[in-house]
Amino acid sequence: MNKTITNFIATLILAVLLSFVLPWWSVMTAALATSLFLPLKKAAVFFVPFLAILLFWAVYSFMLSSGNDYTLAKRIAVLLPLGGNPYVLILVTGIVGGLAAGIAAIFGKQLSLMASKN
Amino acid sequence: MKYIKLVLSFLLTVGIFFVLNTKLGAVPPIGKFLNPYNGIWQNETDESISGNIFISGLKDEVTVHYDAQLIPHVFAQNESDLYKAQGYLTAKHRLWQLEFQTYAAAGRLSEIVGEGALNYDRTERRRGMGYGADQAIAYMKKHDTETLGFIQDYADGVNAYIEQLAPEDYPVEYKLLDYKPEIWTPKKTALLLMYMTKMLAGGDEDLEKTNALRLFGKDNFDLLFPDFFDITDPVIPKETDWSFIDVPQTALPESKAVLDTIRETIAQPHPDNGSNNWAVSGKKSTTGNPILANDPHLGLNLPAIWFVMQLSTPNHNAFGATIPGALSVISGFNQHIAWGETNATRDVIDWYKIEFNDDRTKYKYNGYWRDVTIRVENIKIKGRETYKDTVLYTHHGPVVYDKNFKSDKELRGYAMKWIGHEGGNNQKTFLELNKAKNYDDYVNALQYWNAPAQNFVFASTEGDIALWIQGKFPNKWEGQGKFLMDGSNPENDWQSYIPQQFNAKVKNPKRGFVSSANQHPVDESYPYYVFNDGYETYRNRVINDYFSSKSKFSVEDFKDLHNNNYNLKASELVPYMLEHMDTSSLTKEEKVIYEEVKAWKFNNDIDEVGPSIWRQWYSKLYNMVWDEFDVEDIALDLPFTYQTIHLLKHNGNHKFMDIVDTDETETAKDLFLLAFKEAAERLLEIKDEAGDYKWVSYKGTYAGHLLQALPAFSRFDIPIGGDRNIVNATSENHGPSWRMIVEMTSPPTAIGIYPGGQSGNPGSKYYDNFIDDWAAGNYHNLIFLQPNTATDAIIGTQTLTPINNE
Repeated sequence: MNKTITNFIATLILAVLLSFVLPWWSVMTAALATSLFLPLKKAAVFFVPFLAILLFWAVYSFMLSSGNDYTLAKRIAVLLPLGGNPYVLILVTGIVGGLAAGIAAIFGKQLSLMASKN
Repeated sequence: MKYIKLVLSFLLTVGIFFVLNTKLGAVPPIGKFLNPYNGIWQNETDESISGNIFISGLKDEVTVHYDAQLIPHVFAQNESDLYKAQGYLTAKHRLWQLEFQTYAAAGRLSEIVGEGALNYDRTERRRGMGYGADQAIAYMKKHDTETLGFIQDYADGVNAYIEQLAPEDYPVEYKLLDYKPEIWTPKKTALLLMYMTKMLAGGDEDLEKTNALRLFGKDNFDLLFPDFFDITDPVIPKETDWSFIDVPQTALPESKAVLDTIRETIAQPHPDNGSNNWAVSGKKSTTGNPILANDPHLGLNLPAIWFVMQLSTPNHNAFGATIPGALSVISGFNQHIAWGETNATRDVIDWYKIEFNDDRTKYKYNGYWRDVTIRVENIKIKGRETYKDTVLYTHHGPVVYDKNFKSDKELRGYAMKWIGHEGGNNQKTFLELNKAKNYDDYVNALQYWNAPAQNFVFASTEGDIALWIQGKFPNKWEGQGKFLMDGSNPENDWQSYIPQQFNAKVKNPKRGFVSSANQHPVDESYPYYVFNDGYETYRNRVINDYFSSKSKFSVEDFKDLHNNNYNLKASELVPYMLEHMDTSSLTKEEKVIYEEVKAWKFNNDIDEVGPSIWRQWYSKLYNMVWDEFDVEDIALDLPFTYQTIHLLKHNGNHKFMDIVDTDETETAKDLFLLAFKEAAERLLEIKDEAGDYKWVSYKGTYAGHLLQALPAFSRFDIPIGGDRNIVNATSENHGPSWRMIVEMTSPPTAIGIYPGGQSGNPGSKYYDNFIDDWAAGNYHNLIFLQPNTATDAIIGTQTLTPINNE
């Protein structure tokens, strides 16, 4: 349990830090790194970074958008199309980031298993 | 097993990276696009309008005040800084549009959107858009390095903005299409001016008319396409004395049209591109000050074509609508004068049939072979190999149609002669107008203007009003260029140009007003060859009748006229049809529609049903009358509305009235009923689908985003009346793109509005915030700031500060 929380927080902080220097895939890098150094088990391998990044991207999007009356989010939610609902767009944004991070973490987990085996 | 898992998870990781990082079809790269730190969420904001911005190359500080409409009021210490600031600010608020329009002008859309735009790009290249821009730059290099210098300043300003951008700052369209802005160059300004030239002087019907002449014979052609209609209410009043003109029209040679069959022609600009402008003298104004108005009718797009600015130096102070990419104010005013433009259509495109030698290196001219010049157009295509299109140039101009493009003739082609290729100095006209102090300065500024020919309306605080039809016009022989000509015969070349001082004009006319609405420039008494090139015949009469209806006019009257929805066209045919149509066979439902249109007072107001009935009825009728023109594989244009209505009323038994496909011989009266029944059927369908056919919903006016009206970035169902050929010329996606009224107090007092907003960012509340007021016929006060005068109209101030490069 402790490890889960540590991983969650570490992924979140690392992702935020890396976002200043790397493009969108910094969340994949962050999740990969934490999965290597703070390995988790089973479903947690995917879901912990998934939720961490979902939280990061969704909260950040919400902060940017709510201050501007969701003007652009409403339009993008027509474009994609998500029925014009900005909250759905925020959720989708979080899921996209989370998915990328979670998959990268699975890869990291497999790498760490290789390393520990040798 | 572990290895398999490792490989699988690796592939999955690479896969998700690829999918989220790549534009797949129309879907943007979702990871890039949606991440909150450099995706679209970063565009969820308004532009900053305060603080200090450091810009290299500025000579002095530039102060930019913003008012509540997000209009920048620019105070620079010299012209060079002013245009640098204009470039910077235009990029700041409209970067994507600024760049996209020049891509469109240059035929480079394939670079952004891929192969789907290739045909468009080839057309623009073959039309010689890039060639024309090169000519303009070459002309300025040779004759006017000062103007070119300002254009370079503007470019430096745009680039100063682009260089400050990080990827997260790119406008949302770049993120959507996954590309980035490139460096701005003076040539892009030249391309933008070519784009305007194409939009306003890029239409012609020579080839279509050639087909019509061949198919229907000269007598029919002259009946359907007369040089002048039976009525004219020209821009320059009829009673004008032309005796001062001492250069005659080119003498008529022995020349015959070449009666080829042309199957397909290139895309034409929107036929409704046009405008209104007018001015009343002090005598005719309720306040004693002249009043001037302008409303250019263009496509209704977002971001809007116009960007309003105040641009001043210690020596001048101009305010009005600018076009992203061009310097200075285009339609506006300064402390002393006001000006505005409408399109002055004239036949400045002609087509020549070209005969090549066997290897297409030479073409026949005056009995000899002349060398062809070659321009290779490299069209980059996103995700594909570059497409090379070789365009052959003759002394006439580019051979647009040849075996490689819309034609199958091995050794033949059609070359285009277009004033747009001549390389002029249009930018100079606006730079000078912005600084002009009186009538003489205005006339002086106009001389540089080649194309698109415009009706430049003018009013001054000194009390003058005027209107010049300015452009560079070939002095044609009678009939020259109406049809395809033989390109090997020197007599068919443009022999000379009408001397600029003999362009048609009017200053302080007795009637106390000047006006133009894209109608005939002059009547038949003007000593040069002018024929009907698709002239307007309705708005001009409504406007001129209005100004003859009483003795004095106010700004309120001007507003009323801008928003005037009177449908003169319908009023000239509907009563006649109602009177002559046999109604005995109408069903109950048809009878209701009949009564509705009968009760209509010909105003295209939003709650009326009359305009929808008229639209349906007339369009069905028009197609029935001209069913003879429905010929496969032959390019044809239908006769103009005015002449169609004239024939329906005065020549109702002509054989064109007959519907070819039926056994009976129809006359106009039969067509009225047949068309009415078809229209009624369609109207009832619309009523079933939409609930009613009130004009507002029937028309469904919208302002579409420049990217094929992407619904997310467009505005639909804008409640506004009017229609084409009405003073309030708002049709579905076209109409008054800028409405301005200026009273020549000292300094002038002005109001204006356009269907859009100052920001190009769909995430800004300033993106489309003018639209509702525009639709309601409201205006905003244009706050004409004077230097060093405090005002509470300013909501933010930004200072552009030079960087010391030592």
